[in-house]
Amino acid sequence: MFRFLFSRLALLIPTFIGVSIVAFSFIRLLPGDPIMLLAGERGMTEERYQQLQSTMGFDRPLVVQYFNYLLDLLQGDFGTSIVTKRPVLQEFFTLFPATLELSFCAIVLAVVIGVPVGMLAAVRRGSWLDQTIMGSALVGYSMPIFWWGLLLIILFSGVLGWTPVSGRISLLYYFPPVTGFMLIDSLLSGQDGAFKSAASHLILPTVVLATIPLAVIARQTRSAMLEVLGEDYVRTARAKGLPPRRVIGLHALRNALIPVITTIGLQVGVLLAGAILTETIFSWPGIGKWMVDSVFKRDYAVVQGGLLLIAGIIMIVNLIVDVLYGLVNPRIRH
Amino acid sequence: MATNTKSTDAAIGLEGGAPIAVTRRARLAEFWYYFRQNRGAVIGLAVFVVIVAIAVLAPVIAPHSPSMQNRGAFLLPPVWEDGGRWEFVLGTDAVGRDILSRLIYGARFSLFIGVVVVSLAVTVGIFVGLLAGYFRGAVDTVVMRMMDIILAFPSLLLALVLVAILGPGLVNAMIAIALVQQPHYVRLTRAAVMAEKGRDYVTAARVAGAGNLRLMFKTILPNCTAPLIVQAALSFSTAILDAAALGFLGMGAQPPTPEWGTMLAEAREFILRAWWVVTFPGIAILVTVLAINLMGDGLRDALDPKLKRS
Repeated sequence: MFRFLFSRLALLIPTFIGVSIVAFSFIRLLPGDPIMLLAGERGMTEERYQQLQSTMGFDRPLVVQYFNYLLDLLQGDFGTSIVTKRPVLQEFFTLFPATLELSFCAIVLAVVIGVPVGMLAAVRRGSWLDQTIMGSALVGYSMPIFWWGLLLIILFSGVLGWTPVSGRISLLYYFPPVTGFMLIDSLLSGQDGAFKSAASHLILPTVVLATIPLAVIARQTRSAMLEVLGEDYVRTARAKGLPPRRVIGLHALRNALIPVITTIGLQVGVLLAGAILTETIFSWPGIGKWMVDSVFKRDYAVVQGGLLLIAGIIMIVNLIVDVLYGLVNPRIRH
Repeated sequence: MATNTKSTDAAIGLEGGAPIAVTRRARLAEFWYYFRQNRGAVIGLAVFVVIVAIAVLAPVIAPHSPSMQNRGAFLLPPVWEDGGRWEFVLGTDAVGRDILSRLIYGARFSLFIGVVVVSLAVTVGIFVGLLAGYFRGAVDTVVMRMMDIILAFPSLLLALVLVAILGPGLVNAMIAIALVQQPHYVRLTRAAVMAEKGRDYVTAARVAGAGNLRLMFKTILPNCTAPLIVQAALSFSTAILDAAALGFLGMGAQPPTPEWGTMLAEAREFILRAWWVVTFPGIAILVTVLAINLMGDGLRDALDPKLKRS
């Protein structure tokens, strides 16, 4: 097991170096001079330009620049935002809980609905129920989620007036962040109605972000289940006279879930890509909106740092999924 | 597999014109037989053909010019709502442009995006994947690590950043999307090539004196196409979705281009006042993507022999 873990970790190193090269090159590939970008429209004197160039290290050879960049990264220095002048890492950790809360709720929703619905479709294969479920899953999978979000806003916020349009909590409530997760913080604050407000703000973004993963998980569960239901041991279990519920719930589901776990892990990239759109639509103050805003504000230090941090998260989650997969499926380890 | 023998014959030079035409027609018939089994796929194909026709005939069927602003017709509702006019069946947007005409012209952009992105991604992906799978060793390691790097980023984020580097616009958005999609083709091609390379017909062709290039492109590649076709269909729809998303974020096609995502971005501020400016472009995207995905599912069923039996 340790050898397996170690080999996976070793594979991560070249990828991480590559990702850091991408992030490093990003600022240098941009049209225009990064230092002149800093100055904006005011411009700067030749002297100041030289000075900035040497403090920021742009006058040194690229290789040296890259190694300095890598050294900074290892010390936790991901650069400083050009707009807010705050360290990128600090901004990231302020905003990340919002994205984490949203993504967590979305993936839970997707799994809680997707797995049973996919099982149901597999067990009732060919029925109208199966066709309805798979039809809806395909619609969900094809959904432009930025439009889906706008539609839900029109219906639930505009016509029905049930949910708020944007943000994480009503402006009526204020409490200092403890965990960064609004649902928990609002409970801890003890203010009347705060939790309800936080939850109502979370519903629509969660539904929007969960749509594609839900569809993917339902489809994957169905096909994994169908494959397993045809296996000999399922037939044996049936022949022994076990009740169908036990055969499906215990014998089949356990093995069908193995590929589903991988699918769930792969959704992390989908979630973070979806977070870019979802957070933009609902003005959700997370890292997706942060990245989009930074691209527009030309805050390239943030884009650079954010790229690296987000890629890092995806790589770590993929590693965890790989290891989990190895745990539940010993054949993979060797 | 019948396809293998055919390709071996071709590689060794045994082919005669007629039998190949027959097998090709037979294979097409077989494909159509399985494709037809999937009702959804046939519906998807029909819808897709209609969309293609709309795109091709846009100047003929669109009632107005997509960019003409009609004074005195701002934010008109669709014809079945109070205040709607037959002149503008699906209503008008904030500057008085006919939404139906813009949607009709928008079909051109979406299909164009799909075709360009998939062609770019397929060409580069297959070539690189062939190199990696055929030569293995250092080439393979370098290529696969590079693909891992691209796949470590969320596709939309990477596309967004690439567009930030290249500058916003439809062409740059297409290049960025093609770049983030091609690792999938590289991986698929590589896996298929590795599976095929050890087969007897490849050895036979090599013994007959076929060079590397011929082995790669004429002997092995034709037998790896099934998963690639399925992937192409699926990434066609992803390309349309991603381009619309970039347009929506203001990084894709720029206004006043009647691209569906860009139309949505322009309509955003009116969502609570004029539902139609938001609703129809989204329906257009959804219907197109859904039709292509339905077709993709049908293609997979028809081309994947493993699923055929089940």
